[in-house]
Amino acid sequence: MTEPDAFPRAPRSLSVQYSGVAELRGPLLVVRGVSGVGWDEFATVGTTAEGAGPAPRHGVVLEVDRDLAVVQVLEGTEGLALDSTWISFSGEPLRIPVGPDWLGRTCNGRGDPIDGGPPIFGVHDAPVAGYPLNPGRRDPPADPVLTGISAIDAFTTLVRGQKLPVFSSAGLPHLELAAQIAAQSTAGVEPFCVIFAGMGLTHADADAVRATLDERSAAGELLLLVNTADDPVLERILTPRIALTVAEHLAFELDRHVLVVLADMTSYAEALREVSAARGEMPGRRTYPGYLYSDLASLYERCGRIRGKTGSVTVLPVLTMPAGDITHPVPDLTGYITEGQIVLSADVHARGIYPPVDPLASLSRLMRRGAGPGRTRKDHLDLAAQTLAALARARQVRELAEIVGASALNATDQLYLHFAADFEQRLVDQLRGERRDLDQTLDRCWDVLTVLPARELTMLPSGMVEAHTRKGR
Amino acid sequence: MDSRVAAGPAGAPAGRVIRVNGPLVEIEGLAGVAMSELVGLGTQGLPAEVVAIRGRSVSVQAYEYTGGLAAGQPVTAWGRPLSAQLGPELLGGIFDGLLRPLGAAPTWLDPSARRSETHRTWNWQPMLTEGVTVSEGAVLGAVPDAGGLDYRVLVPPGVSGRLDRIAAAGTYAAEDPVAAVAGCLVGFSTQWPVRRARPVRERIYTEEPLLTGQRVLDALFPLALGSSAGVPGGFGTGKTMLLQQIAKWCTADVIVYVGCGERGNEMADVLTDLADLVDPRTGRRLAERTVIIANTSNMPIMARETSIYTGVTVAEHFRDMGYHAIVIADSTSRWAEALREFSSRSGALPAEEGYPAALPSALAAFYERAGRVVTLGGVEASVTIIGAVSPPGGDVTEPVTAHTQRFVRALWNLDHELAYARHYPAVAWSGSFSRDAEQLGVWYSRNGDPEWVGRRARLTSLLAEADRLGDLADLVGAGSLPGHERVVLLAGRLLREGVLQQNGLSANDAHCSAEKTAALIDTVFAVLDDCESLIDDGVAAAEIEEIDYSPLMRAAQETPPDGVDGVAERRERMLAVLAGLR
Repeated sequence: MTEPDAFPRAPRSLSVQYSGVAELRGPLLVVRGVSGVGWDEFATVGTTAEGAGPAPRHGVVLEVDRDLAVVQVLEGTEGLALDSTWISFSGEPLRIPVGPDWLGRTCNGRGDPIDGGPPIFGVHDAPVAGYPLNPGRRDPPADPVLTGISAIDAFTTLVRGQKLPVFSSAGLPHLELAAQIAAQSTAGVEPFCVIFAGMGLTHADADAVRATLDERSAAGELLLLVNTADDPVLERILTPRIALTVAEHLAFELDRHVLVVLADMTSYAEALREVSAARGEMPGRRTYPGYLYSDLASLYERCGRIRGKTGSVTVLPVLTMPAGDITHPVPDLTGYITEGQIVLSADVHARGIYPPVDPLASLSRLMRRGAGPGRTRKDHLDLAAQTLAALARARQVRELAEIVGASALNATDQLYLHFAADFEQRLVDQLRGERRDLDQTLDRCWDVLTVLPARELTMLPSGMVEAHTRKGR
Repeated sequence: MDSRVAAGPAGAPAGRVIRVNGPLVEIEGLAGVAMSELVGLGTQGLPAEVVAIRGRSVSVQAYEYTGGLAAGQPVTAWGRPLSAQLGPELLGGIFDGLLRPLGAAPTWLDPSARRSETHRTWNWQPMLTEGVTVSEGAVLGAVPDAGGLDYRVLVPPGVSGRLDRIAAAGTYAAEDPVAAVAGCLVGFSTQWPVRRARPVRERIYTEEPLLTGQRVLDALFPLALGSSAGVPGGFGTGKTMLLQQIAKWCTADVIVYVGCGERGNEMADVLTDLADLVDPRTGRRLAERTVIIANTSNMPIMARETSIYTGVTVAEHFRDMGYHAIVIADSTSRWAEALREFSSRSGALPAEEGYPAALPSALAAFYERAGRVVTLGGVEASVTIIGAVSPPGGDVTEPVTAHTQRFVRALWNLDHELAYARHYPAVAWSGSFSRDAEQLGVWYSRNGDPEWVGRRARLTSLLAEADRLGDLADLVGAGSLPGHERVVLLAGRLLREGVLQQNGLSANDAHCSAEKTAALIDTVFAVLDDCESLIDDGVAAAEIEEIDYSPLMRAAQETPPDGVDGVAERRERMLAVLAGLR
């Protein structure tokens, strides 16, 4: 059981305080003379000196070697001195209370409430590292999470149990989009809740996210974890794990559909790199640690569904590609783990379109399982495929127009240019607080598409085009 | 802990943990422990393998999460290398990297949770009688209902002599011995160290195709039984989809699918798909000829490293029974990364991009376990290996991709541009290769398809020529090319869209027989020949281009997988339309 006011849990009465700190280097603390300390154990660090910064601090054991333990201190080692620092170990990897009490709360990146409310109680507690889900017990993802964002719902439908990242660049409104998705997504009529884990957010961004999510939080459907850019960097290593641990319990014990938004994973990976560099580990690509793939996978893979259970965990990581480079290790490794990607484009953004999604570069690999007859609407998959095909054609036409001039295009090609403009303005573009239901989205899609003559719509079953034209008249 | 890994001999020398750094653990006090031997760490007995011995200190790699493991905790030596238990329960099952059944494991893989022990029985059908003299690899009997094929019980390697005892036909518990050969008890299952190749009588080099059911592979970059192929492709190039198609439709007898550091949802997908598919050969579920080894990316990293070897060992086990087995490993890059992560923790000097210097030799040794052989029992059988490679950032010069190319017989390069244009399977015709093609051509000409070699040659040159002219047309406009060259461009389009693309979601097109593949290609060639002669006769290229070729383009999707007649009918229709232009 978890003590009421102990999160992250305070040192147990049985545990020993050690004071033999031998080394302090970057975020690392090396303590000598310990016994029985296990790898990955959680620790509490304090100091007897006055005014030495945050206390108590928290740490995780990175290595044990005979009577030495190397500990990463989440709040950093600033202000700590060798002779006045003490450390005690909890005897096990970090566990947190889990339960519905988290919903409606706002906490820092370590899970401590910062909303002035009472401490969080749990039904029971669970290790933040989680356990791997037996792949033989997984159910393939199915059915949609509807985000109310046309560009996503129509073309890269988010499926319950999927992991679908948003790839963005600096300066694009990915955080606004992530917050909007968190604020307005639903799983139809089924119980749904959202966990938003913000990592390395500026205070202005954090406040904006908080304002967007206020209503949902007040309704008790949302947990907000915020690690701001000036909060301890290493705390970010914990933030997504807390989010996912709470989510797994809500989904698989309490039968809810849980959407976990992780923003920004690039900040998370930087924290990981900082620890790795401090430990003098062999750097991998762009000096990120060689285990970045496994580490990211240990987060993203916690999405899914389990056979015989009704809940699901859907993960939406948001990451900024440094210098817009999709081959950078963070987006690259993320892309290898996740099931598709939603790509935001600076070009689309420059045309004043929100959200600036590039539908051709985006893909939801599991869309087939989340959309279509019995899931969304009968015409959804065909309509999406035809629209994307037309968009690809329109893009070629636009390139041609840049060489030969739009006036030299034939009538059909002119219509494609018209279609592309309509597509962005009437379908993709929407207001920041606007939630479009799926019917609205797909109807708009039809309206935009039927700018093109019926003979161009070869991917749609002919009956479908006629049925729609009749309906429209 | 499952008995197959955990059980150690009583009274084994006890050591102590002295250092823990993730999966790298150092221990002391285990005198006489050997390299590659298994030890049990801590009170839970987490399995770990010895990787270095320096005086009294021994380094091991742990196969489970080592959270909570502390210096001073006990270590037990198990006195044997990492071994897999190979038995009839493999068929249709799902296992982790150490070949422990996941079906019997809990939903959450907590290393301290106990796995339920299942007590199964098998039907035994003896094939020999007591008193005869048998040699290693001989078939003693079979379990007819183990899965989609007969599971055979063999005389173990290194054992021969008088068959002292053999159980009568009937039902026996899985752990019961069914025979005794020269004092050695033989049961349904056998143990084998996964890092050691199972012995064979000899390797043979006659080649026979392994059909994948994918046209681009079978026609352009074919694979022989017992050969090996690498499949490099960046993310989103449809690598997993292609491998799953091969798993479902290839002509091997036993399919071992290794999900190595990949997505859990994908494994769920494979499982559901295979459980739904009816095996065209047996009428039972396709899953019953399949063994799935799943070590997803969030499962312990060192077990990911072993899963590749475990997979090949399982395939060799079925090969020894006389079957053609195939190992499909997705992805070998994750295996290499596990090697790298561990060597970096153990402070080994890094070679290219931080990978250990032994990476190329480890890759070579892995692909060398493929081969067509005469088994110890004297029958021809094979292990074929297909390994996916996930180059970071799509960079094909990175070490795993670069070295894999050196050791495989065929390379199926997945191209990002093709995938972006939704051309699936996105196997690039430039940059891919098959070193089996020449010999397979000989096989085809002896086995009823003498045209095969010529067809492949024409296909290759047309595609290359169409690509070259396509680049030119992008500059000068297709309209300014001469008629014959415009026909080549048309040929490229017909071959790409009507032959090479294949829709994995269509029941007709998910797989394609060799005959239908040949018929489709020949139809395109016949159409082209007529187009060429029309040009010679002065018909304008534009007129030829404007013909509706959709009957040809849709032939693959609209005729059944072996629908040669349907293709022939469309061929006549197209040729008639062309004749109308004269």
